[in-house]
Amino acid sequence: MGSISGWTGAVVGQRSGISGVPDQPSASQDPLLAVSGVGFQYESIDVLEDIDLAVDRGEFVALVGPSGCGKSTLLNLISGVLAPSAGHIEVAGVNELVSRLGHVSYMQQKDLLLPWRTVSENGRLGLELRGVGATESEAEVAHLAESFGLADVLGSMPWQLSGGMRQRVALLRALLPDNAVLLLDEPFGALDAITRSGLQQWLLNVLDRAEKAVLLVTHDVEEAILLGDRVLVMAPDPGRIVAEVEINLDSAATNGPRITTARDFVETKRQILELLSNGAVSP
Amino acid sequence: MSYLRNSAAVWVPTVIALATLLVVWEVAVWGFGIESWLLAPPSAVFGELYDSPGLLVGHAGTTLTEIILGFAISISIGVVLATGIVWSRVIERSVFPIIIASQTIPIFALAPLLIIWIGTDIMSKVVVVVLFTFFPVVISLVTGLRSVDSEMVDMLRTLGATPYQTFSKLMVPTALPNFFAGMKVAAVISVIGAVIGEWFSADRGLGAVIIVAHSNLDMPTLFGAIFTLAVIGIGLTVLVSLIERKALFWHESSFPV
Repeated sequence: MGSISGWTGAVVGQRSGISGVPDQPSASQDPLLAVSGVGFQYESIDVLEDIDLAVDRGEFVALVGPSGCGKSTLLNLISGVLAPSAGHIEVAGVNELVSRLGHVSYMQQKDLLLPWRTVSENGRLGLELRGVGATESEAEVAHLAESFGLADVLGSMPWQLSGGMRQRVALLRALLPDNAVLLLDEPFGALDAITRSGLQQWLLNVLDRAEKAVLLVTHDVEEAILLGDRVLVMAPDPGRIVAEVEINLDSAATNGPRITTARDFVETKRQILELLSNGAVSP
Repeated sequence: MSYLRNSAAVWVPTVIALATLLVVWEVAVWGFGIESWLLAPPSAVFGELYDSPGLLVGHAGTTLTEIILGFAISISIGVVLATGIVWSRVIERSVFPIIIASQTIPIFALAPLLIIWIGTDIMSKVVVVVLFTFFPVVISLVTGLRSVDSEMVDMLRTLGATPYQTFSKLMVPTALPNFFAGMKVAAVISVIGAVIGEWFSADRGLGAVIIVAHSNLDMPTLFGAIFTLAVIGIGLTVLVSLIERKALFWHESSFPV
């Protein structure tokens, strides 16, 4: 698997809007999320190897990689669902497994709404588990529901909602406990293209107001470029980060669907796809 | 949901089928000249129920008490056992095989023994009902509690849920559809359990009525007792179904078609 390591820290490109970042993680003061040297073995197979990454407050980092490269496993490690076989994970300066469960917001690919609960009851689940009373937590849900476009469906059951709405309820549930770090695992992966692009734009608007460190996992390169300030590229067998691309598009001001056809966007996409296919080559 | 439940389309076929059965029965008894001590026509059975309601109602009360007590104890035991089995590997490996093995013993054969051990009063019949009904309750609950989605469990953990919170807020609601299915099976066979218990010793209850009526070749009373037992069984099943619909309003099985 030797040849791929040449890509780690490679200067990605000199074209406008793209700058190569030679070292992982990007140097930053006191990141909210710091993953260093993390590895994970499952049944003595290396799933993840030597993962380093850091996400600052107010930063949105996208992680792209082919299916099965361990992206979701990495999020499970950060959230505390799994324990790493090697390395350290720090969230807001705290380095302990037990303390992370319940302290990292994590939105999975599936909405995982409890079918016996209304939208409002699903939304307040995280607060309820912390012992916040029903009246208070429902008020908090109602407060957020406005900007989530859920104000009219708070009393509805999950099966009455569209896929896009269900994902928004799942995000609301993940965000309400107000943790500093937010993990998103293919949050719009199961949705149709139109709904997805609408929600991507909406997500940026909702999150700008929150001062968080966001780590998004996706296999959709366009989504990674659209949403991320930086894109980390992963390769499989074992899963590792092989490159980092800073996104700094001139066309970013161009709102709406046209952005994905802008010249610098397409060029960035080509670069990342190249990195992905190089990483995927079996040595 | 409710419009379906109340609409005539649901009830009419059932009523017509039952009425047809009763008419065929009545006509067959008269048409083939069957002696009434062999097979009583429905008219005689309902006539008996109408003439001496006190007899059957009184005995039905005894049988119903046994069934309800046995059913309640079954559910209590079932909930405790199923929770323990799902909670702990040690309990699963020690208790579950015994529960399964206990079901290979014909409970019918145990009934006379239980009468000797516990006595001829109502408690021995309650125990027979429990032996008949706790198994479907335990099995359905264990299956239900185990059917929980591991991704849901992880989701709750990331929200900071304790194991107890995961159990009460996720596993218990997830188990309810299976639990109610098991309860419906238990409701039906609880009637069988009570009657078998009564056959061996009782002087009260519909099982005792059947034994006495049988030795007197009193077919109208015998059929009246059987009919009353059927009504009890149907009533219990309907009751469980109604509670199920209330509790599982969110479940696919209660969605409008």
